[in-house]
Amino acid sequence: MTGHEQARITLSGRPDFEAIAAWVRPDSAVLDLGCGDGLLLNYLKQTRNARGYGIDIADDNVLACVRNGVNVIQSDLERGLAGFDAGSFDCVILSQTLQAVRRTEEIVLEMLRVGREAIVSFPNFGRWDLRLQVALGRMPVSPELPYQWYNTPNVHLFTIADFEDFCAEHAIAVLERVALHRGRPVGALANFFGSTAVYRIQKRR
Amino acid sequence: MAQQGNAGGRSVGAVRPQTLHFAEPLKFRSGSVLDAYDLVYETYGTLNAAKSNAVLVCHALNAAHHVAGYYADQPENVGWWDNMIGPGKPVDTDRFFVIGVNNVGGCFGSTGPKSVNPATGKPYGSSFPVVTVEDWVHAQARLADRLGIDSFAAVMGGSLGAMQALQWTISYPARIRNAVVVAAAPTLSAQNIAFNEVARQAITTDPDFHGGDYYGHGVVPRRGLRLARMIGHITYLSDDAMMEKFGRALSTGAINFHFGVDFEIESYLRHQGDKFSEYFDANTYLLITRALDYFDPAAEHGGDLSRALAAAKARFLVASFTSDWRFAPARSREIVKGLLDNRLDAAYAEIDAPHGHDAFLLDDARYHALVRAWFDNIHAAL
Repeated sequence: MTGHEQARITLSGRPDFEAIAAWVRPDSAVLDLGCGDGLLLNYLKQTRNARGYGIDIADDNVLACVRNGVNVIQSDLERGLAGFDAGSFDCVILSQTLQAVRRTEEIVLEMLRVGREAIVSFPNFGRWDLRLQVALGRMPVSPELPYQWYNTPNVHLFTIADFEDFCAEHAIAVLERVALHRGRPVGALANFFGSTAVYRIQKRR
Repeated sequence: MAQQGNAGGRSVGAVRPQTLHFAEPLKFRSGSVLDAYDLVYETYGTLNAAKSNAVLVCHALNAAHHVAGYYADQPENVGWWDNMIGPGKPVDTDRFFVIGVNNVGGCFGSTGPKSVNPATGKPYGSSFPVVTVEDWVHAQARLADRLGIDSFAAVMGGSLGAMQALQWTISYPARIRNAVVVAAAPTLSAQNIAFNEVARQAITTDPDFHGGDYYGHGVVPRRGLRLARMIGHITYLSDDAMMEKFGRALSTGAINFHFGVDFEIESYLRHQGDKFSEYFDANTYLLITRALDYFDPAAEHGGDLSRALAAAKARFLVASFTSDWRFAPARSREIVKGLLDNRLDAAYAEIDAPHGHDAFLLDDARYHALVRAWFDNIHAAL
């Protein structure tokens, strides 16, 4: 199996990865928060020659990263990035995790302290079919939000519009944005048609 | 007697220590020189034709070169890291050529304070040079030279052994491809040094110490050594592990209104102390605790560990244990920061184990799975 085939196969479940990779500059130093088994970092190494480190709290993910030859630091994101110097990474990535962390605000600000820029992807709670489910009186369930209200790890659900307000209020510049549905960018009305949002952001100077 | 570890694998079987004599002077960091010296070591597995599969295992305070297997005439004398090293074990001796060595200054066959100084015909005793981690690593590199090993696939250790692995990456960056650094610290804390000082005081104030030259008096400072071991042992265990194992259990089932043994923990510590004082040399204990105190690779770089690691090239597996209060996870994270600052390949695991510092010697499934995965990758790259 070639690296490209492998990447295509393994990325099938993660449409945001290609969007993220497109924004990672070649040879850059990348920190991936909540890196899981290291799939994204391996992809960035293959496609961008990125020098990457992952952070994850789960024992099985740390072991999977070691098996996959991915640099990993076992640490609890909720405790911040205290061990990391300001500006020590070109890019800090948080993919599909922001909705599952408790201290959302602190983590985004920490990302922008440690990284010269950050890439964040999250499931968009504002997509029309989710709004419809809420309008019909049910908590929404979708491929991006596959959990029931009682077993979801997601503690902060938010929309593209919410995130942009958050950025404005926290002096965060949005450098690029793409909203995806089924792996393809949506055109107009991102908050209505996008199921996943990916942002490249930076601290406003 | 095949030792069957829980993590799978077999014992390397009966092993035999070997001795190499080094006729070249060894210059110590202190400036002292040993004109010649012996190193005792054991090996397990087979060195491949490319000599690329060698793994050096560095020992901590109480251990030595007997890392795995057992002695044919002493089947109960199992190596100190036998659960980690052997055929099919995390460090698989069917793949790797593993070396354990007793460090200079030791008391298990390598030249140390109780060895006879050829210049005087008497044991070195108090005249033995104060050794440092750098000196040990230097001597280990000479052993590698003699065994024809240019570069180690890995150097590994726990605690003080891990400090040696770390020092290897700084002293001989071209000769080590992987460092496995378990339950380590980049320096001792004031508290760590304080415990060592109490242990040393116990030894040096024992009337049988005779300034370190007790060999000629036909005595050993057994009481001091015993205390030193008891103090050390307390720091190796967590409060929880000790409570779990002993609680407030009473040896005779009742308190006896005396100062003899009432509690099981007292009995345990006395037993550990007694055992240790029978086989360990007090001068070696002093030397090794001092080597711990002096270890500070950042010192030459203005206290900046990242600068100290600038020359390092190895890939690092760093592991700590949450209940280790002797070398707490925060100390390992200091090392990890130094690795990241130099963009070195690294994995850091913080293993949620209850046993305290001693966890590095125990058979924890998560810990062993990590080491196994790490060595699988090393093997795949051979």
